[in-house]
Amino acid sequence: MAEITTLHYLVVAAALFVLGVIGVLTRRNVVVVLMSIELILNAVNLNLVAFSRMWGNLHGQVFSIFITVDAAAEAAVGLGILIAFFRNTETINVDEIDLLKW
Amino acid sequence: MPNFVMSYLGSTVTPGEAGNQFWALIYVLIIFTGVSVAVIAMNWIERKALAHFQVRLGPMRVGPHGLLQPFADALKLMLKEDIIPAAADQFVFWVAPLIGLLAAFTVYTVIPFGPSQAVSDMNIGILFMLGVSSLGVLGIVVAGWASNSHYPLIGALRSSAQMVSYEVAMGLAVVSAVLMTSMNEKGTGTLSMIGIVQAQQQQGVWFIFKFFPLGFIAFVIFSIAMIAETNRAPFDMAEAESELTAGYHTEYSGLRWSLFMLAEYAAMIAVSSIAVTLWLGGWMRPFANLLHAPAWDFIFSLFPGLTFGSLAAIAFVGVTRMPAHSFFKIQRIGLAVFAALLGFIALLLLAIAIVGRSADASLAARFNEGIDYVYWFVLKVAVFMYLFIWYRATWPRYRFDQLMRIGWKVLLPISLGVLVVTAIVGVIVS
Amino acid sequence: MNPGMNSAFNSGMAPVATPFFFYMLSGLAIVGGLLVITRRNAVHSALALIVTLLAVAGLYLMLYAPFVAGVQIIVYAGGIMVLFLFVIMLVNIERSSKERRFNRMWPVGLAAACALMALFVSAFVKGRALFPDRMMSLPESSNTQQIATMLYGEAGRMGQYTFAFEIASLLLLVAILGAVIMTKKKI
Repeated sequence: MAEITTLHYLVVAAALFVLGVIGVLTRRNVVVVLMSIELILNAVNLNLVAFSRMWGNLHGQVFSIFITVDAAAEAAVGLGILIAFFRNTETINVDEIDLLKW
Repeated sequence: MPNFVMSYLGSTVTPGEAGNQFWALIYVLIIFTGVSVAVIAMNWIERKALAHFQVRLGPMRVGPHGLLQPFADALKLMLKEDIIPAAADQFVFWVAPLIGLLAAFTVYTVIPFGPSQAVSDMNIGILFMLGVSSLGVLGIVVAGWASNSHYPLIGALRSSAQMVSYEVAMGLAVVSAVLMTSMNEKGTGTLSMIGIVQAQQQQGVWFIFKFFPLGFIAFVIFSIAMIAETNRAPFDMAEAESELTAGYHTEYSGLRWSLFMLAEYAAMIAVSSIAVTLWLGGWMRPFANLLHAPAWDFIFSLFPGLTFGSLAAIAFVGVTRMPAHSFFKIQRIGLAVFAALLGFIALLLLAIAIVGRSADASLAARFNEGIDYVYWFVLKVAVFMYLFIWYRATWPRYRFDQLMRIGWKVLLPISLGVLVVTAIVGVIVS
Repeated sequence: MNPGMNSAFNSGMAPVATPFFFYMLSGLAIVGGLLVITRRNAVHSALALIVTLLAVAGLYLMLYAPFVAGVQIIVYAGGIMVLFLFVIMLVNIERSSKERRFNRMWPVGLAAACALMALFVSAFVKGRALFPDRMMSLPESSNTQQIATMLYGEAGRMGQYTFAFEIASLLLLVAILGAVIMTKKKI
């Protein structure tokens, strides 16, 4: 087996990113959509850490920690909105969230 | 004998650092066996101690003083029918106990029983331990959901809310201890479990006594939070039998149920080890800096043998106090054999202590040293295990809102305050 | 008995397994990602996502980023995923698991994602020369310390990312407040 280079990690990250995008664009369940966003953020993180290894400095790792913080905030707010929404409409499907005004 | 077997002997680092997979595997097997035996022993001790707290006898029939009761229980659980509810989610129901068990046992790879008596020494050791032990909650949540039944679901929701909120206070208490490791000339702290104990060795103080009472408060917060983390009384809301029958494992039976129990007790030992490592000096013996003459070393190295000797003496007293009826004949013989076994171990340990003292730097001396380290570590953990039983026997269960209030409104502010004050004191002192 | 044999044994063992672990972990991550977006049941999706997150944490370890791997395990697998499972149990899953999985616009979404994938493939094929074949090695043992120096700075000097770090803490505070206000029935 060949040696593992940055490109290998980038391919994995790209695959995860595309999977996440497919999830966001096609699924109905809001929880799964949020999970797909986590998948996208993870792909970005993997890219950053791989680049950090490639250039031999730690800026990428610091950035990935910031993205993790962002992911935590996004999950908290997103799930909060989801619960508030579920309380009002008894549904968690994205294509039923089509009212501009309640 | 192959090189990779012999080359590690005499090394002063863990097998993980030395890159010796063979000895790492041996250590993993030893720790796995040791933890399983400890869980079995804990089962017996808990039932006996609880019974004596409540002025009963506890298990007495299977073996002398019920000593074989855990084995009987284990056999029963293995032979029992393994029921999966029809409405349950088959795969998730199957995988849930394994998640908890894996999380509880993976933690043991970084627990330092001695400066080289650990499977590996990660430089993010304490982070790894907190992270992996927090994965255990996933097993509980998923088990409650997969059972597709009301009580397990409520138990799972309660335990996940409880564990997530107490993790915060726990993490902050741990951070204040990690902060204390950086109070040296260079100002470099460490997250490695072995490094934390070595920092206490260098500073000549266990962190529980450092900046008194700051270290002590952090320790108390951690030891409250760790009871909530492991879902033990008085915070055992998740399996409150008077409210939720058995909480998240109501629908489990047989071997799967015993896996949950194994995971719970293994997690108890794991969090106790974190507390011992961070605040109670890990493998160090008491007064290591005050009484450090070779004579003292020798006296303290006799302790393992003396402990087993006194256990053997207690067992012998038990033999003499057995009723002199022919019905108890087999039990008397059994207990006498058990006492003789303990006495044999005691003699062996004493012999190692004496031989290891006379011959310096030999294999026996190193072995003696290792036994000392492991003995003091295990003794400190055992004290915590006894405290777990004591709490369970003494305190009534909290209500759920009281539990949340304590976690968020009492423990969290105090631990934040302790962290800030520790940092300020550290800056002033250094 | 010879301590020098350790390193010989070590150098013979460790590097051989690297590609194997890479392919195993990345395979786990991608299979987990596939399961996340295809499972009907949200809890199964969440379990698959946990597998992906742990596999990615393993990849971080292979990239000499132990601190990021630890953060990944604590924050993602131990914190965020528990939150997800908690919310899945709070909202009604029984009904939604019997409905169809994908929304009405799924062909459009899939086409857009395929276009994105084509873009990635072309970028990798054309830009292959940009990436050096060999990787730099990072000091693993002082990783946490170096990250801390970048975030908080050394004695008397602010770190490169100290300001960004403070902003991040503000972001978290706002997120907590937002989540509490959103979910509370009456303030």
